[in-house]
Amino acid sequence: MAEKSCTYSLPIGPIHPALHEPFLFQFQIDGERIKKVDLIGGKVHRGIEWMGMRRNPIQVIYVAERICGICSCSHAFTYCRAVEDAADIDVPERAQYIRAIIAELERMHSHLLWAGVAAHEIGFDSLLYYTWRAREGVMDLLELISGNRVNYGMLMIGGVRRDLSDETLSKIKDAMDRFDPVADKLIYLFLEDKTVKLRTQDVGILSFNDAIKLCALGPTARASGVRKDVRQDQPYCAYADLEIRAITPENFDKETVGDVYDKTLVRLLEVKQSIGIIKQCVDSLPSGDLLAEPKLVKILATLKKVNNEGLGRVEAPRGELVHWVRLQESTNLRAWKARSPTYNNVLPWQPMLIGEQIADIPIVAASTDPCFSCLDRAVVTKNGKSEIITGEELHRLSLEKTRRLKKWG
Amino acid sequence: MGLDFFLFSILFVFLTMGLGLVVALFIRGIDRKLTAHMQARIGPPLRQPFLDIGKLFGKDTIIPENSIPWLYNLAPIACFASAATLLFYIPLGSLDSVLAGRGDLVLLTYLLLLPSLALTLGGFASGSPYATVGAQREMVTMVSYEFPIIIGVVALAWQMTMLFPFDPNLYAFSLSAFSAHLVWAEVGLFGWVGLALILFVFLLVTTGELAKVPFDVGEAETEIAGGLLAEYSGRNLALFYLGDCIKAVAMGGIIVAIFFPFNLSPLLSISGLQANAVDLLFFFVKIIIVLFFSLMLIRVGVARLKINQVVDVQWFTFSLICIVGLLLVWVDPWLSPVLGILGG
Repeated sequence: MAEKSCTYSLPIGPIHPALHEPFLFQFQIDGERIKKVDLIGGKVHRGIEWMGMRRNPIQVIYVAERICGICSCSHAFTYCRAVEDAADIDVPERAQYIRAIIAELERMHSHLLWAGVAAHEIGFDSLLYYTWRAREGVMDLLELISGNRVNYGMLMIGGVRRDLSDETLSKIKDAMDRFDPVADKLIYLFLEDKTVKLRTQDVGILSFNDAIKLCALGPTARASGVRKDVRQDQPYCAYADLEIRAITPENFDKETVGDVYDKTLVRLLEVKQSIGIIKQCVDSLPSGDLLAEPKLVKILATLKKVNNEGLGRVEAPRGELVHWVRLQESTNLRAWKARSPTYNNVLPWQPMLIGEQIADIPIVAASTDPCFSCLDRAVVTKNGKSEIITGEELHRLSLEKTRRLKKWG
Repeated sequence: MGLDFFLFSILFVFLTMGLGLVVALFIRGIDRKLTAHMQARIGPPLRQPFLDIGKLFGKDTIIPENSIPWLYNLAPIACFASAATLLFYIPLGSLDSVLAGRGDLVLLTYLLLLPSLALTLGGFASGSPYATVGAQREMVTMVSYEFPIIIGVVALAWQMTMLFPFDPNLYAFSLSAFSAHLVWAEVGLFGWVGLALILFVFLLVTTGELAKVPFDVGEAETEIAGGLLAEYSGRNLALFYLGDCIKAVAMGGIIVAIFFPFNLSPLLSISGLQANAVDLLFFFVKIIIVLFFSLMLIRVGVARLKINQVVDVQWFTFSLICIVGLLLVWVDPWLSPVLGILGG
């Protein structure tokens, strides 16, 4: 009998219970197998960069924090580093350590959130509740430090806004001691449970070569064996003093496969790593100033004179986050660009999804920990309809713009 | 059969139906509360399923544009009706069922299949890709859980005929046979183990039969957005919900009637209406206990399987366990006495 191919299309999104933000996967399915997938973004663009370019550099910190609800501190952190890079501002040592503590707490809660979502995607709701209860402890800690659960408002150009008292520090340390066994328990539950293994092993495999070729970032790349971590490759702030090694499945004496199981493993091990980093930072927290310049008006005055561009890179929970700013002797930013790790992790979905079953879509899609509000930086709408710009068209538009600029010059 | 009997039957049908509905929804409330507590949540109040049903009946029923309306609307009614019919065959404690003697275990296994079949039809009729995928999955699951159930039923009936070959009133497949002769009582060690294996599979298959985690592939909220039920709303959804609740009670009731047909009244030495009431209550308590082990405990402890894994588990593993149970029951009359002689 001749092989019959009968595919039908199945849209997942823009609104779907498996996705926690709007995004569209257009699948071509044969039976239960995925034959083709088209990834369509631009469903949740909010024009945040445009908003930022109409505000002064300090106001933009708070706009940056609201790019994402999970890695809120990472965006503010990266943005501050970009501005500090442009204006050559040195951050005091104590502030650098506090920044690291906040960033690591954020990584912990982000990874725990992810693990809970992953458990929910495979229908294991008890594990979701257990994981999120652990996460709640981290959120409480962040609230204790900053007074906020989601947008901490800790970062400032040239340092941090709040100090950690000795009492807070001892509380953080106690909490970290309490978290150690919880993290071990979670590692045990996620890696040893039979049904979780059935759903995650050999599912959504991203090979080492694909991870390199498609520029995957963060835990997604590390699970495929790519030792890539900004904290290790270009140590910034307190990380330079701490010996940080990127975590791959080899750290667990496990062969690297690059499946969802490995991605879970890497994230949970990173939770352990973060606990260690926070403990180290608390122990060796240096004394000193919190800000390079405590008077905000003075910072703004300095930044007004700067004519330079700056680049900030931070290892956010989902991977390397890049912010680029252009200051041009004016009150407001001349240009601001944020490139989130999800942007790089969109293309790896193709090799991960093709050939898998419909049932694997949610967990594979979730396995890169996508954040679409981070991702969506541009959308073209005309007469109420959104369009997709192809590579050639983008090139043509760029040439036109250059010609236009030349005419003005 | 006079008019009296006919009227009495009608009354009994309505009573059974009303009681069945209330108890089914109440048991669903207990299910949700217990599950919530096991997951470190508070959970909804016990009356939540009643409120849900009330609310659903008050909502608009939306019929999708590219559905087949008559089939789409018929499916929930068929699901509810076939589930409700199940109630009339299950002996309620010491009371005989309404239709006692008019149907047997074989009929019950097919009646158990009908609600799922109605769901599948409704899924295909809704014209949504999610519902179609869900319906395809549901069909495959149906085929895979039917096999172990039938093997188990055959093993039980076989045991009855082997133990009581000379009982002229005994009809091996009928539920009254199981209440008349306790299955555990007259078998040796091998038979006991065999029966335990079959009970074990029945408890696990209940989860598949009721489409709950880990076998809820047909609905799979995070994968295909509710699958079969993706397009259903209002009254239609309420009927499916009721059908599902009743089916849970019926499945629990069948297991109780076969394996645990004990009654409290002989122990308390009461008789008459009082005894019936006590036995009825005890029967519902037994159902809750059975459902606790078969539905709730499993549901909170595992992840959802994929369709191929569901078939692997149900078609191969469960059937294999059932066949082993059947063989043990079969060899029991010869081997257990031998064991007894050796031991003695």
